[in-house]
Amino acid sequence: MNEPTAPPRPPFPLARWTLIALAVGGLAGAFAYVAGYLDPQRLTPARVVDQLQANGGVHPGYRRNHAKGVCVIGRFDSSGKAAPYSRAALFAAGARTPLVGRFALPGGNPYAPDGGVPIRSLALRLTQADGQQWRTGMNNMPVFPVATPQAFYEQLRATAPDPATGKPDPARQKAFFEAHPETAAFRAWIKDQKPSASYATDAYYGLNAFYFVGADGARHAVRWQVEPDNGAAAAPLGAQDVNTLAAELERRLNQAPLRWRLWATLAAPGDPVDDATQSWPAQRPRIDAGTVILERAQDQDSGECRDINYDPLVLPDGIVASADPLLPARSAAYAESYRRRTYEEARAGGRPPREAAR
Amino acid sequence: MNRETATTMFWWPARVLHWLMAAMILAMLFVGAGLVASVSERHAWLLALHKPLGIAILLLAVLRLALRLRHRPPPLPRDLAPAVRLAAHASHWLLYALMLAMPLIGWAMLSAGGYPVELGAGVRLPPIAPFDPTWFAALRWLHRALAYALFALVLAHLGAALYHGLIRRDGVLRSMLWRQRSAPD
Repeated sequence: MNEPTAPPRPPFPLARWTLIALAVGGLAGAFAYVAGYLDPQRLTPARVVDQLQANGGVHPGYRRNHAKGVCVIGRFDSSGKAAPYSRAALFAAGARTPLVGRFALPGGNPYAPDGGVPIRSLALRLTQADGQQWRTGMNNMPVFPVATPQAFYEQLRATAPDPATGKPDPARQKAFFEAHPETAAFRAWIKDQKPSASYATDAYYGLNAFYFVGADGARHAVRWQVEPDNGAAAAPLGAQDVNTLAAELERRLNQAPLRWRLWATLAAPGDPVDDATQSWPAQRPRIDAGTVILERAQDQDSGECRDINYDPLVLPDGIVASADPLLPARSAAYAESYRRRTYEEARAGGRPPREAAR
Repeated sequence: MNRETATTMFWWPARVLHWLMAAMILAMLFVGAGLVASVSERHAWLLALHKPLGIAILLLAVLRLALRLRHRPPPLPRDLAPAVRLAAHASHWLLYALMLAMPLIGWAMLSAGGYPVELGAGVRLPPIAPFDPTWFAALRWLHRALAYALFALVLAHLGAALYHGLIRRDGVLRSMLWRQRSAPD
């Protein structure tokens, strides 16, 4: 019953202590490596978001990209024509799925002038009756400038404002675009694009490819886009137009709901499904999946879209991600942006911190 | 022989659960650290792994706690200093608390962020917290802080177990291993 009061001294104590130190230290070191502490060159979500902040400034409580926007509430009415390709409940014939959307401008500055750049975005979160969701972030350009997260990060660095002038350095931008020929299609688009004077008259493209999965399990590579059915485009904005888009949208919504046709384009074998810089040939078959109907707008500071992370990898059964490397990078960076801004909101008592007017 | 084993060894289901959960919890900590530090496709599949693995740990932790309350573990050596004894007991209960808390906090955090809590294969859990950015922010912070605390505890636990097994050689490490050899030397 009696146990020894002190264990005998073991042989080779130094070797034994070394073994313990190696086991504990090795595990800690492996963890530090996985967490990125020993690998400062790795592109992490935090570094992407840091660079977005360096370019757009830090605006507590706001998104780190697409900071300026407006919430919209509406629904998606399915035509049923996409149902043979995707078993997602929202594509079933007659399905009517509520949505919370958000129109926005690119960049991290919530005070950016509306006429500064011609890029606009539309994000949607559709919630099926069974609770599954489809979140998608679309842009009004048909292709993305770059194909990889690393190139996106380099583009952010190349277009960062020069501390001396407050403007991007044209030589650095030129060097970036020359080193990245995959940006050609995007540059051709933006060269002739005038900033539209209405969110309602633009088409918005899903950019990344996904797969629709049918009831039989068959996969079809698709890209989606919404095309407006809201009348003539207004005259282009001037670069100095500051705050007209949200008010213009609200004026239109006070008259009548706004409508976009949702088209799913089917890839042919061999079409690139992992490269958002390349569009597919124009003659690919398109499915008229239904109508996105927007009924009212809400201020982004208090509206329902404020605390939604439009993570493009939140998908219902019936839609799955492609191997496009931008998709996990968007998901990871959006999560980091969401972490930062909700933390700032929480510190300000659950409201977006108001900055001094500028 | 059997009576002897019962008092110096952990009950065999406790040993099985211990080693199974040791592997799962270590994997979980590494998966979590890796997914927040990656923009590659690893991010997506680590996240898809993180959620069902977390729920599995939660269920096994409940089972293990129930077993632990029914079967007392073998006593610690009598010659351990009271402070060491206290540290050993406190760290074990803290490990149990974190095994249960981490999955619940992660689940509540996703709920508060408005995310559907998908485990894969069409399995979706109901939200256990209101959609609220303040809750999300607090729970997201807590999830990370407690993950580091859990990893620190795991390291201390590993170091202490090896100290018992290699330096003191007092039978404590052996009580969690597979085979009880003759009396401790």
